[in-house]
Amino acid sequence: MSSSHNDGAQVAGRGAGGFNRWLNKRFPLDKMLREHITEYYASKNLNWWSVFGSLALVVLVIQIVSGIFLTMSYKPAAADAFASVEYIMRDVNWGWLIRYMHSTGASMFFVVVYVHMFRGMMYGSYKNPRELLWIFGMFIYLALAAEAFFGYLLPWGQMSYWGAQVIVSLFGAIPVVGESLVEWIRGDFFISDITLNRFFALHVIAIPLVLVGLVVVHILALHEVGSNNPDGVEIKEKKGPDGVPLDGVAFHPYHTAKDLVAFVAFAIVFAAIVFYAPEMGGYFLEHANFEAADPLKTPEHIAPVWYFTPFYAILRAVPDKLGGVILMGAAMILLFFLPWLDRSPVKSIRYRGWMFKLALAVFVVSFFVLGFLGTRPATGVYTTLARVFAVLYFAFFLLMPLYTKWDKTKPVPERVVYHD
Amino acid sequence: MIRKIVISALLVTAPVMVHAAGGGHLEKADIDISNEAQLQRGAKYFVNYCLGCHSAQYVRYNRLALDLGLTEDQLVENIMFTGERPHDTMENAIPAVDSANWFGRTPPDLSLTARARGGDWVYSFLKSFYLDPSKPTGTNNLVLPGASMPHVLWDLQGLQKAVFRTETGPDGVPHEVFDHFELVEPGQLSPEQFDTVAADLATFLTYISEPVKMQRQSLGIKVILFLVVLFLFSYLYKKELWKDVH
Repeated sequence: MSSSHNDGAQVAGRGAGGFNRWLNKRFPLDKMLREHITEYYASKNLNWWSVFGSLALVVLVIQIVSGIFLTMSYKPAAADAFASVEYIMRDVNWGWLIRYMHSTGASMFFVVVYVHMFRGMMYGSYKNPRELLWIFGMFIYLALAAEAFFGYLLPWGQMSYWGAQVIVSLFGAIPVVGESLVEWIRGDFFISDITLNRFFALHVIAIPLVLVGLVVVHILALHEVGSNNPDGVEIKEKKGPDGVPLDGVAFHPYHTAKDLVAFVAFAIVFAAIVFYAPEMGGYFLEHANFEAADPLKTPEHIAPVWYFTPFYAILRAVPDKLGGVILMGAAMILLFFLPWLDRSPVKSIRYRGWMFKLALAVFVVSFFVLGFLGTRPATGVYTTLARVFAVLYFAFFLLMPLYTKWDKTKPVPERVVYHD
Repeated sequence: MIRKIVISALLVTAPVMVHAAGGGHLEKADIDISNEAQLQRGAKYFVNYCLGCHSAQYVRYNRLALDLGLTEDQLVENIMFTGERPHDTMENAIPAVDSANWFGRTPPDLSLTARARGGDWVYSFLKSFYLDPSKPTGTNNLVLPGASMPHVLWDLQGLQKAVFRTETGPDGVPHEVFDHFELVEPGQLSPEQFDTVAADLATFLTYISEPVKMQRQSLGIKVILFLVVLFLFSYLYKKELWKDVH
């Protein structure tokens, strides 16, 4: 454990005179660095599951930077959009790399965020006192879903067009106002140039602003309550004489060094996809999207990109359109209520009994199976399977108050478990 | 426990990773876009047989020269016939309205066909025209039933008919299944030679669907090697730093 805790006015390694003093009298730079970086203490027993939050931030930066460069050459008009993407892919210097980084980044954002959420569920990171932190995170997830949805229309391929058509028309299921609402969203009687233009505005400015704001709030909330850890032990309850949690180590340089390793490993995977499998077998870039949007030609099989397919499968599992829309919404919204559905006295899966472990396993399997089914046509046995796994998906949430209460838990240690 | 969850998750998603290609009767073309000679032949067939009706509106002639190892003179002499400039894209001369009237629909742009449908699809499509007197063009296509495109390569391939056999499916209903093609009138080329032509064209279409593919793959290995070295150093740095955490 480093003893670098600093009561002074400056950050270790930074001079106290001259410009730094002048600056810090006028702007709390050193104070912020201390609070959020050098004297933010997270448990020393964090494992590799805990790097995905930092990775999500990295992907956000990749998306914003590559997105800015794409915007310089992209044309948000129905007549030009598809051609401008091919222009980026063929004629703009390094345009192909920027575009593949952005398209790979979109899918990897969801990979990282799904793992990040799964880690939260495993270790009970949503439980008291981190309920708001979890809820802000869920709002980030919703904003991310909206961002991805609006962005997917922009290449103006067949799947862009018909995917947007299917999703926007879902609002038509709402009684009374549905149809007018759909028209209001599209700004037209069908997905058109007008729709593309407004989706562009939402994708490049409105949602990113919301997203960045929510990320700031998420991190502020995290630094207020402190990071959870694989034992679910509150490290702030055991502090040393210097006020530093006994089991905490400074975010910088310790956790940043670890995050750096994770980031480079992630970059290797990312590069492997960008350079060798940018389409990822049709899951990151759908084959049908290399055909320009044609409002007169409905594709035989319309599938959303993989990260929405679990919810799409739930939507299609319900014979009634409105019912499907409600259940699909509920499948996302239920996650917000995890902090109150979970009645277990312990946070981490390490100290929970078999019931929670089984339930979480069933949840993960249903999520993957529904994701697979959402990529297939909804016929015969696939529909039956989608119904079975949709029921299991909801059972995880709705039965949670019961099984987390009945579940036998193991005693939680006073301090985190750490092996050198 | 966590390991079990991960493994079961991987097992469940395994079928997702097996990509199901589009339906119909597809043959493997073994496409290799690094074969420069094949790309050059493909380009030649493309401008002679395809570009009359189809366009490749995102493909620039001078980019072709660069990637196919042609000088500008060779390019102008062998590939460019209608007075375009080298930095032009591969447009065709037929107004879209006319071709729509003549064929029933405007022949689609071919820049991205191989990317949307696959090189094997292009290869099989070119080989699968068969005589069908019920069609206005006299031919039909097994890969794209009801294709409005006539059999443009007929003088090379000759004319073939499709032989169907009757099969009873698991539902107990007999239906016709394609069995094989039978050459009715030989063309200028032997079947093997024609296969090569079809493969040349499929390879060329695959190349134009993503001209940067070779470049991205050769750059990729350098980037990944650099990252692997960086990973090593970042890991050692982390390990060293964490030594004083107990």
